[in-house]
Amino acid sequence: MPDQLLFGMEVFLNGLMAGVLYALVALGFVLIYKASGIFNYAQGVMALFAAMTLVGIMNGQVPFAHLINAVFGLHVTNFGWTVPALLAIALTVVVMIGLAWMVQHFVMRHLVGQEPIILFMATIGLAYFLEGVADLMWGSEIKTLDVGLPQGINETIDRVTFDAFGYGFFIDNLDIVATVIAALLVIALVLFSQYTKQGRAMRAVADDHQAALSVGISLDFIWVLVWSVAGFVALVAGIMWGAKSGVQFSLSLIALKALPVLMLGGFTSIPGAIVGGLIIGVGEKMFEFLVGPMVGGATENWFAYVLALLFLVFRPQGLFGEKIIERV
Amino acid sequence: MFYREAGDFKTTYAADSQTFPIKFDRIGYYIALIVAFCVLPFMMNDYLVNAIFLPFLIYAIAAIGLNILVGYCGQVSLGTGGFMAVGAYACYKLMTSFPEVNIFIHIVLAGGVTALVGVLFGLPSLRIKGFYLAVATLAAQFFLVWLFNRVPWFYNYSASGQISAPERTLFGIAITGPNTQPWAVYLFCLVFLVISALIARNLTRGSVGRKWMAIRDMDIAAEIIGVDPLKAKLSAFAVSSFFVGISGALFFAVYLGAVEVGEAFGIQKSFLVLFMVIIGGLGSIFGSFAGAAFLVLLPVVLKLVGVDMLGWPTDIVAHFQLVIVGALIIVFLILEPHGLAQLWRITKEKLRLWPFPH
Repeated sequence: MPDQLLFGMEVFLNGLMAGVLYALVALGFVLIYKASGIFNYAQGVMALFAAMTLVGIMNGQVPFAHLINAVFGLHVTNFGWTVPALLAIALTVVVMIGLAWMVQHFVMRHLVGQEPIILFMATIGLAYFLEGVADLMWGSEIKTLDVGLPQGINETIDRVTFDAFGYGFFIDNLDIVATVIAALLVIALVLFSQYTKQGRAMRAVADDHQAALSVGISLDFIWVLVWSVAGFVALVAGIMWGAKSGVQFSLSLIALKALPVLMLGGFTSIPGAIVGGLIIGVGEKMFEFLVGPMVGGATENWFAYVLALLFLVFRPQGLFGEKIIERV
Repeated sequence: MFYREAGDFKTTYAADSQTFPIKFDRIGYYIALIVAFCVLPFMMNDYLVNAIFLPFLIYAIAAIGLNILVGYCGQVSLGTGGFMAVGAYACYKLMTSFPEVNIFIHIVLAGGVTALVGVLFGLPSLRIKGFYLAVATLAAQFFLVWLFNRVPWFYNYSASGQISAPERTLFGIAITGPNTQPWAVYLFCLVFLVISALIARNLTRGSVGRKWMAIRDMDIAAEIIGVDPLKAKLSAFAVSSFFVGISGALFFAVYLGAVEVGEAFGIQKSFLVLFMVIIGGLGSIFGSFAGAAFLVLLPVVLKLVGVDMLGWPTDIVAHFQLVIVGALIIVFLILEPHGLAQLWRITKEKLRLWPFPH
């Protein structure tokens, strides 16, 4: 086989893996959007917040250390212990649930019935707020996150492909793990929403708020639940991205990357989020590989948006979205 | 007691529909103009101009532009930073290609170029709306910034990839470049702001503005009563981008002098201007001023309090700024979705009856 084709296949596979990570972030958006009609811009910052909290807990950092030092003139930084990864993850989940409760009680509850665009802007405000709090709590320097996930080139794939084509594919172990975890997460979410009482209540709320309210479902509880689940998804996404490229501010920008994914897949569809993520992941890697060198590279910055834009002109509701019906 | 409309009789239609129908407001408006044009230039120094007045004047123009699109026409845009970059680069190319032409004309032309680009990226608004449109404008943001970064023609093949404004004069007084006087750049931007505000105000209360608002309130119904969505939406994109382009050109040529596109016109800038519009008040020209003033002054005040008075490190203050801006946006949306402009309206209503409310 010619080299160019092999390179292309490798890029394609890596694109698929990147797409899985986009899909993971997009999934958090879809969950909240379906259940409450809120387009949660803060999803990316939630991932950042979760990852920073996880690192902070694991390293035994004192929260707000920097601020405490500045105000009281102390010099505290660490508690002097480290927390095992699993326990730290559990603690972070608790923090994310607390965050979900606070978001619901201090922000979203007061905005019920407002126009969607107002809710969207509120989540932008929330994103800024969370980013500031995360930086104050744990410091804004780049941190490494290591929860024991395998990293580096996958030897088996390298060897097998080398035997078959005479060229070893470079696939990161972390990407494979991410794919597996994303698949498990999706299966778990589907099972949860299909077979548990809370899951059914969640779907009922997504269908029709008032009808759900009238059969005795507590909207308040469901929304806290949904934000918690979204927080959990954010944590998983945060761990993956954090392990890949360090925990830093740019992590929150993956939220922006998830937007075109959602537009392709439709805001209301979980399969859509996954397929959209894969299309964007493969699309931008292939575009960079094929066209990038001709136009100066770094096309990954905008390719996803332009693709989504062109796509929307022909199919405004996305691939799997519900048909938009408008009445006067 | 002082703020009242009793005895302020209108005898003509024109008198009744003027921008400031209440005499007290009118006097206040004239006083503000006189202070801005005749008093403030004498008090200018480098710190005031660079930290407060220039950013305020320039962001106010951008906020007016974005307010036309978001507040009056209801088309949410996250591409403001990209459009400001278009204005800046158009201005740069014009300044370097035609050095003999007046800088004033260059900046207006830069606005015109941005208007064309704005119409181009506004085309999808005919098919998609709401969030989808907001994300579509992100395409403009990222694509434009990438374009100006990667195509050397835009920055005249300079080694650093930056653009920097050469010295240009107006009536023999330096407006751009290193040798500017604070009062000169202040007045230059002020003239642009006043003209922009006048144009925007008169457009929005005329038939064009009413069409925009009809589209905003319900586009299908507006179409049925005879508003052409194509013309209304694209004209809103054009006018909005025109002002945003002018502000981008001023931001580059007069305020910063040298610009690196990703830093100066990134996505953060889009959000900043959007916040100005939200906090100031959607659909209000006064709100654009108030929002711009608020978000320009906030970091200055925070820095004064945090760094200079309390002696905290600057990074903590910067983080606090994020927290405060975020919290303020949420608080505003919860308590007063119509922003500072609505607070001002309520204050005026109260003042009208003060001190004898019924």
